Amino acid sequence: MTAPESLTGAQSLVRSLESVGAEVVFGIPGGAILPAYDPIFDSKKLRHILVRHEQGAGHAAEGYAQATGRVGVCMATSGPGATNLVTPIADAYMDSVPIVAITGQVPSAAIGTDAFQEADICGITMPITKHNFLVQHVDDIPRTIAEAFHIAASGRPGPVLVDVPKDILQAIGQFSWPPVLDLPGYHPTTRPHAKQIREAARLIAEAKRPVLYVGGGVLKARAAAELRVLAELTGIPVVTTLMARGAFPDSHPQHLGMPGMHGSVAAVTAFQKSDLLICLGARFDDRVTGKLSSFAPEAKIIHADIDPAEIGKNREADVPIVGDCRETLADLVVAVQEAYAAGTRADLTAWWKQLDNWRETYPLGYEEPTDGSLAPQYVIERIGKIAGPEAIYASGVGQHQMWASQFISYENPYTWLNSGGAGTMGYAVPAAMGAKVGRPEATVWAIDGDGCFQMTNQELVTCAIEGIPIKVAVINNGNLGMVRQWQTLFYDGRYSNTNLQSKRIPDFVKLADAMGCVGLRCDTKADVDATIEKAMAVDDMPVVIDFVVGQDAMVWPMVPAGTSNDEILAARDTRPVWGEDDV
Amino acid sequence: MTTRHTLSVLVEDKPGVLARVAALFSRRGFNIESLAVGPTEHPTTSRMTIVVAVDDLPLEQVTKQLNKLVNVLKIVELDPTAAVQRELLLVKVKADLTTRSHVLETVQLFRAKVVDVATDAVTIEATGTADKLSALIKVLEPFGIRELVQSGMVAVGRGSRSMTGAENRLRSAS
Repeated sequence: MTAPESLTGAQSLVRSLESVGAEVVFGIPGGAILPAYDPIFDSKKLRHILVRHEQGAGHAAEGYAQATGRVGVCMATSGPGATNLVTPIADAYMDSVPIVAITGQVPSAAIGTDAFQEADICGITMPITKHNFLVQHVDDIPRTIAEAFHIAASGRPGPVLVDVPKDILQAIGQFSWPPVLDLPGYHPTTRPHAKQIREAARLIAEAKRPVLYVGGGVLKARAAAELRVLAELTGIPVVTTLMARGAFPDSHPQHLGMPGMHGSVAAVTAFQKSDLLICLGARFDDRVTGKLSSFAPEAKIIHADIDPAEIGKNREADVPIVGDCRETLADLVVAVQEAYAAGTRADLTAWWKQLDNWRETYPLGYEEPTDGSLAPQYVIERIGKIAGPEAIYASGVGQHQMWASQFISYENPYTWLNSGGAGTMGYAVPAAMGAKVGRPEATVWAIDGDGCFQMTNQELVTCAIEGIPIKVAVINNGNLGMVRQWQTLFYDGRYSNTNLQSKRIPDFVKLADAMGCVGLRCDTKADVDATIEKAMAVDDMPVVIDFVVGQDAMVWPMVPAGTSNDEILAARDTRPVWGEDDV
Repeated sequence: MTTRHTLSVLVEDKPGVLARVAALFSRRGFNIESLAVGPTEHPTTSRMTIVVAVDDLPLEQVTKQLNKLVNVLKIVELDPTAAVQRELLLVKVKADLTTRSHVLETVQLFRAKVVDVATDAVTIEATGTADKLSALIKVLEPFGIRELVQSGMVAVGRGSRSMTGAENRLRSAS
C-alpha cells in the first residue's frame, strides 16, 4: 500500500480512478461534480470525453465496456445530470454491462432539503444498479471506488453508482492505494460444483436431441473459445441469443442462429423439439421462450449461470450449475470426454437430419420490395459483407436491430453491441462512440433507425470534436418501424403515431454536415455498395449515411408476443409445416 | 399453497439497508407481513426478521435475490417448530372501577403486565407468539380497545447454535 497522502476528495477520486485502471471517462460537469473536474483537467492518465447529454455518457460507457471487457466509466453532476444517467444505468443492469457511474451530490448538509439540483439518485437507482454508494467521508473515496469497480466487473457484471457530495470532494483526506475492500456480504460463486458437472455431462452424453442455448454470460465470461471446444467435441447444435451473437461463429456448420421472437425457424424449432437444453449464461427471457408453459416441453434443462437467482426463476432446472461460464465449459469438456470414454454417447445423426431439413426449408431471407424501394435488409447485409467480421456493429432497437442481428455474419465475440433486455432506443450512436474509443483500431458501425437516431444523434458532435470516427447507417423508413409492423399485424394497419416523416424532415445529410460529419444519402440498390465503400474510405471524421428504404418491410420469422414458439411464422401467413419425420 | 415463512437476515449496519431490503420485496412482487430490525451482538451487523407469505418456489427466488444485495450477509429461514418467535403488544383498554378487576384478571391469565394506569383505562404490555397475542386481543375487545400497537416478530433458533456465530467465521475467512 502506498504511503498516505493528503489530498482533496476530488483529487482522491481522480487518483482512485487512475489507480483502478480507468482510462476514459464520459461525462459532463455541473455544480456538484465541479470540484472533481479540476484534477481531471491535469490528469495524464484519464481521458475525459465531454459528451452532449448524460444519456450519451452512460451508453458510451456501456459500448466501451462491451467492446473491451473493461469497466466503462461515466460522470455527471447532481439532480438532472444524474437522472439523465438513469436510462443507460437501467440498460446496463438488464444486459449485465459493467459500468461505474460517478455523480456529484449536493453538499452533505443540504441533502434532504430539496436543494438546487438535488435528487436522491441512490434511491432512484437502487432497483437498477448492482449496488450503489453514497460516500459519507472523504477518506472512504479510494475504497469506495475500488469496491465499485470490483462489484461492477466480478460475478454477474452490472452497473454501480457512486454518489459523492460536493463538500466531500472539497474536504482534505488521506489517499493510499490499494485500499482494503470491505465487502463481507459479496462472494460471487465462480467454481461450478463437480457433482453437477458430472451429472450435466451424463445428460449431454445421453441426449438424442440436445441444443446448446448460449447467452450473453458466455461473452461476459470470455468463454467463446471454450464454447467452441465443447460444441465441436459433442457435435451439438448451437443457438446464440441476441446478447450472445458473436460468441460462436455464424459461419460454423453447427450454428442454427438466434432463438426467440425473431429467431430462425431452425433455432426456435430445435428448442421446441429438443430433449436437452444446455443453457449457458442465458436467462429464459420471455422474448426467447414465448409462452413459457409451452417452451421446449420435452427438454430437460441444464442451467449454468453465475447468478444463482437466474436458475429456476423462469424455468425449473434439472441440473443447476452456479459458476463462471468459462470454468463451467472447461469442466464440462473434461467431464463429457470421461462420459464418452466410459462408453456413453448418443448418436445425433437423426437429430441433425431434422435440423438440416428445417434450416434448408426455412432459411433466413427477405423479399425484394415490389414498389421499387430499397430493401433495408439488403443495406444491412451489404454493410456486414463490406465492413466484414472484424468490424464492430452497434445497433439501436427495433426492426433494424433484428435485421442487423439476422443479416450480418458475426464471426468474433464482442463485435455485436445492442440493447437487448431494456430495448433502449438511442443506444447505437453513443455505444458506437464508446466502442470506438475502446477499440480505436476497429471499424465501428452504428446500424440505427431513423427513430432511434433522432434520440441521441447529438453525440456525433462529440465524435466529430473528439476525433472518434464512427460510421452510422440510418435505416430510414420514415417510421417507428417495429411499432408499425405490430400495427400492420395486430391493429388492422391503423398507423397511429408511427409516421415520423423523417424522409422529409430532418435532412439527415445536412444534419450530419452541421454536426461536423460526412453526410451521404443512398436510396437505390445500385448505389448501396458504392456508398458504403465511400463511408469506409473516410477514417478521420464520423460518417452518416441516410439509407432511404421502403416502409413496408417486416421482420420475419416472428413468434407473436405471448404465444407458443410452436406458432412461429416463417413469413406473413406462413407457418412452417412439420413433416411426419419431424415429430 | 401459500405459507408463512420467517426469514432471519443478517445485514451490514449501513444507511439505506432497510430501504434496499424492503424495496426488493415490493419490486419482486412479495408482500412483507411483518418486519423487525435491530442491532445484534456485533456492532457492525443488524438483524432483520421478515415474515412473508409465499409459496416455496417464490420463496427460493426472493431469498436468492436478497442474497444478491451486497449488504446482506446471511439469510436463514427459521422453522417455526425449532425457533422461539415473539411479538410485542401494547394495548390501551377501557377500564373503570367496575371493569378494572376483570381486565386485570385477563392480564394475569395471559401473563401480560400493566404498564400504565389511568382513571378510565389501563395500558397492557404482552409478548408472545402472534396466536397468543391475537387471543389476548380477542378477550380484551369486549372491554373496549382504545389504542393498539404491535411490533414485528423477532425470532431465534432453539438450541446452542448461533447464526451470527457462523457469520463471524464467514467474515474472518474472507
